[in-house]
Amino acid sequence: MKTFPIGGVHPHDCKEFSKDASVEVMELADEVNIPLSQHIGAPAVVKVANGDKVLVGDVIAEPGGFMSAFIHAPVSGTVTAVGEKVNAQGIPQMMVTIRREGDDWREDIDRSSELVPTCQLDSKQIIEKIRQCGIVGLGGATFPTHVKLSIPAGKRAEFLIINGVECEPYLTSDYRTMMEYTNEVIVGIKILRQAVSAEHVLIGVENNKRDAMELLSKCLTQCDGIQVVPLKMKYPQGGEKQLIAALTGRQVPPPPALPIDVGAVVCNVSTAKAVYDAVQKNKPLVERVVTVSGRDVKQAKNMLVRFGTPVSKLLAKCSVEQCDKQKVLLGGPMMGRAMSNLDAPVTKGCSGVVVLTSKEASRCEQKDCIKCAKCVEACPMGLEPFMLYKLSKRSNWDLAEQEDIVSCIECGSCSFTCPGYLPLLDYIRLGKGRVMANIKARNRK
Amino acid sequence: MSSQIFVSPSPHVHGPFSTKRIMADVIFALIPAFAVSCMVFGLGVITLALVSITSCVLLQYLIERFIMKKRSTVGDLSAVVTGLLLAMNLPSTIEWWIVVVGAIVAIGIAKMPFGGIGKNPFNPAITARVFLLIAYPQQMTYFPQSMSSCVDAFSGATALTAAKASAVDFATVDHLNMLLGAQTGSLGETAALALLLGFAYLLFRKVITWHIPVSIFVTMALMASCYGIFHFTTLSAVVSFAAFHLLAGGAILGAVYMATDYVTSPMTKRGGVIFGVGIGLITMLIRLWGSFPEGMSFAILIMNGVVPLINKYVKPKRFGR
Amino acid sequence: MSILIYTVLTLSLIGVVAAAVLYGVSKKFHVEEDERIDSVATMLPGANCGGCGFAGCRAMAEALVKEEDISGLFCPVGGNACMSAIASLLGKTPAKKDPQVATLKCGGTCDKRPKTTVYDGAHSCAIQASLYTGESTCPDGCIGEGDCVKVCQYGALSINPQTGLAQVDAEKCTACGACVKACPRHVLELRKRWPKNKAVYVGCSSRQKGPLTIRACKAGCIGCGKCAKVCQFEAITIENNLAYIDSTKCRLCRKCYNECPTKAIKLIGLEPLAVKTEEKQ
Repeated sequence: MKTFPIGGVHPHDCKEFSKDASVEVMELADEVNIPLSQHIGAPAVVKVANGDKVLVGDVIAEPGGFMSAFIHAPVSGTVTAVGEKVNAQGIPQMMVTIRREGDDWREDIDRSSELVPTCQLDSKQIIEKIRQCGIVGLGGATFPTHVKLSIPAGKRAEFLIINGVECEPYLTSDYRTMMEYTNEVIVGIKILRQAVSAEHVLIGVENNKRDAMELLSKCLTQCDGIQVVPLKMKYPQGGEKQLIAALTGRQVPPPPALPIDVGAVVCNVSTAKAVYDAVQKNKPLVERVVTVSGRDVKQAKNMLVRFGTPVSKLLAKCSVEQCDKQKVLLGGPMMGRAMSNLDAPVTKGCSGVVVLTSKEASRCEQKDCIKCAKCVEACPMGLEPFMLYKLSKRSNWDLAEQEDIVSCIECGSCSFTCPGYLPLLDYIRLGKGRVMANIKARNRK
Repeated sequence: MSSQIFVSPSPHVHGPFSTKRIMADVIFALIPAFAVSCMVFGLGVITLALVSITSCVLLQYLIERFIMKKRSTVGDLSAVVTGLLLAMNLPSTIEWWIVVVGAIVAIGIAKMPFGGIGKNPFNPAITARVFLLIAYPQQMTYFPQSMSSCVDAFSGATALTAAKASAVDFATVDHLNMLLGAQTGSLGETAALALLLGFAYLLFRKVITWHIPVSIFVTMALMASCYGIFHFTTLSAVVSFAAFHLLAGGAILGAVYMATDYVTSPMTKRGGVIFGVGIGLITMLIRLWGSFPEGMSFAILIMNGVVPLINKYVKPKRFGR
Repeated sequence: MSILIYTVLTLSLIGVVAAAVLYGVSKKFHVEEDERIDSVATMLPGANCGGCGFAGCRAMAEALVKEEDISGLFCPVGGNACMSAIASLLGKTPAKKDPQVATLKCGGTCDKRPKTTVYDGAHSCAIQASLYTGESTCPDGCIGEGDCVKVCQYGALSINPQTGLAQVDAEKCTACGACVKACPRHVLELRKRWPKNKAVYVGCSSRQKGPLTIRACKAGCIGCGKCAKVCQFEAITIENNLAYIDSTKCRLCRKCYNECPTKAIKLIGLEPLAVKTEEKQ
């Protein structure tokens, strides 16, 4: 069975809590806050003002540049505020607040559940439609999808890779999407293929999701060139570069190279579903499947949630016991961000909310490095985390740059595996940020 | 005010490894070999090991508390491992005060002055063994006849000493006896099979990788074979000679437990192979042409010194390069 | 006997050869250098703190000797006395600067600024700041993990365990500015040093709106502007919901202190004006 070539770790997958919970529709919140920056790149520019009436699917913000995305109203109602609100990390951020009144959708959106299998549009039209619907990568990185699909001149997409790996522990939203929207996902994949005119389409799924693999292969029999590839369970297989290496054997060179440089375009399965909705149903990205899971969560669920819904509402719905010293994460426990403000809204990149118990959440006391080289063994990018950690700690940015600190994908395998409980990634992330800023400053000169 | 929640950078979960678990695994892996040496040399070796471990732990505790003035790290069991390995490197008849001197060298000279665990350039147990070998050569090379019944192969001197004196007929060496613990020597030099059992356990628990021990074994075997081709007429004698060198003396103890010491071995697998080849070469050079019958500890010590250089030039293969 | 002679001869020969090599090398690689650089370097404090903007004192000495106009070069540690001595040696006009001291613009002590979360990551302000607001909900205040303490070469900074904030020992501070650069929240500022280290300053950096500030911290500046109105020297400006007292214009009149509703304005080494009944913070 295939997997990526270097490093990797094996965290317990913990998917049993929410694996079999079918997707429920979350009731609408009375008031939603929609951040203007839910994607990588420039924040969107707000197009509504206080007091405006909006329907579900109305544009409330336009892209603030090439690398940016549309944002649509996830509920119908009245805009009550446009201004700074604190986000999940407690930092003030521009948000649009909408008070909900009923649930009225824009007229031209097809809300029926009927499958529309064929698409007659050409590549440009598809990409424009995806752009208009504000679709971004739903795997967590929130890279605007239309940018990813616009292949630069001179480059060719040989492989369209569909990421159904979901290697983060606890999360099951992609898995449920594959299980419950199988046909939609497949049509979405075909549309994506049309958009980038890829020769091969590979769907990478990890071995712990055998039923999803079988279901996908069953529905795929009649169409050619789309292949479901089982992958050995190993974290971080869902990382873009790792997945490309696992499926094609090609390794993306260090930044600034992109996957397209080795002829690959990677999209998440949930993104494929969103692309289907956008192109076939004219439905913009206003909701997504969110997993709420963890040992403290009484009823772990997968829910279809409109953006802007406060996370605290999801937790209440899943009857999470509030107790001291918990940790609430947006995303999975390996790469997710800890929240300090539980009233923050669900955004496009939020694939799950994981609640860690006080025992899981607290870090162990830091010991000395014993040079066991387990971090070197675990690093999927072939770096030497112990050294980058030391260099960052000593602010030796030049040497850190020489040691390829910018190649770090922040997967956390090093910190996960360190027997001395050193905060390796904490410092490496800091160093990476500094080095990238230095490089940027140098390029500007 | 809501209850206080925890916030930290990712990752938020940790794997099963901890320094303590690794050290405990090493101790566990040494138990079979220790048990065999108990059978061979009698229960006195337990006292020997206890003296060694206690003095190492106590010394580390005292140095950390009263000289370095920090919280003691003896809880991570690394001093216990050092003590046990030191005991495995000593003959069973050695006086207790020599053991204490060894512990002082291991902890007080080779480990703590450099800053304690993770910072020592040389393996503490090996440093102590080499020190004792030079300072107390008589006590360190006086081996009792082992009590086991199958010990007639060599008496008094170790197999390697006998080999050095050309007193071994390699056509008739009983390898099975050597494997099962019929050699005399230090505590850890008797039972090749028990040591290999521990090796398998360490591999299974992913405490060490195969790179360093296997490259040492392969280098030693190759070197012994080359030497054998020029000195023996039959192929079986050559093979027997090579096997003899792998089983005799501290080859397995050194390759599996001492050379793989995290702190004093290279950070990369490729570096580990270079390190292992170096140890194998130097060991065989000393065994075949040097004046000492055994060269494992010297070889490890020398290669320990080369580790920073290996770390500097042998980098892991970067992704996408 | 012959052994002795040979030994002595060989060793002498080695000595002669080595001396010749060393002499040749030192001649070949000799760098012609202005002698004054050495003497200037010895006059500088020699702490290599980087407060002047150069990597070390020697680099500063070279610049002082080479450049015609040294008015842009200043050693904050040595101060005016050191600079004028150097300038007289070199025959140039020295830069003059008021002595300064680092000041912490945050008053968010444990009792004023309630903790809402527990930070459990690496102990570094920079890491915590890049992650989130810190243990309270104030996104601008002092974090208290001590990045400034780590960079201070003079031992002037420490984290007060009672308040959870950094504190500056004005006697030891040399105004080298290392802490100002290290602080990810920019709550440290170099301000004019008054005699006896007296000071009036706004002990807050919160740029949030008033209600949010006060929710996060009872000692926060809410940007009400009362202090700016009462100031006769136009030393106080309000920007981004935050008052700022320009230490070069301030005359320590302390009128602003009495106006401040949250006592975000701090007095050091000074008693409040006795206009109202004394309200000690």
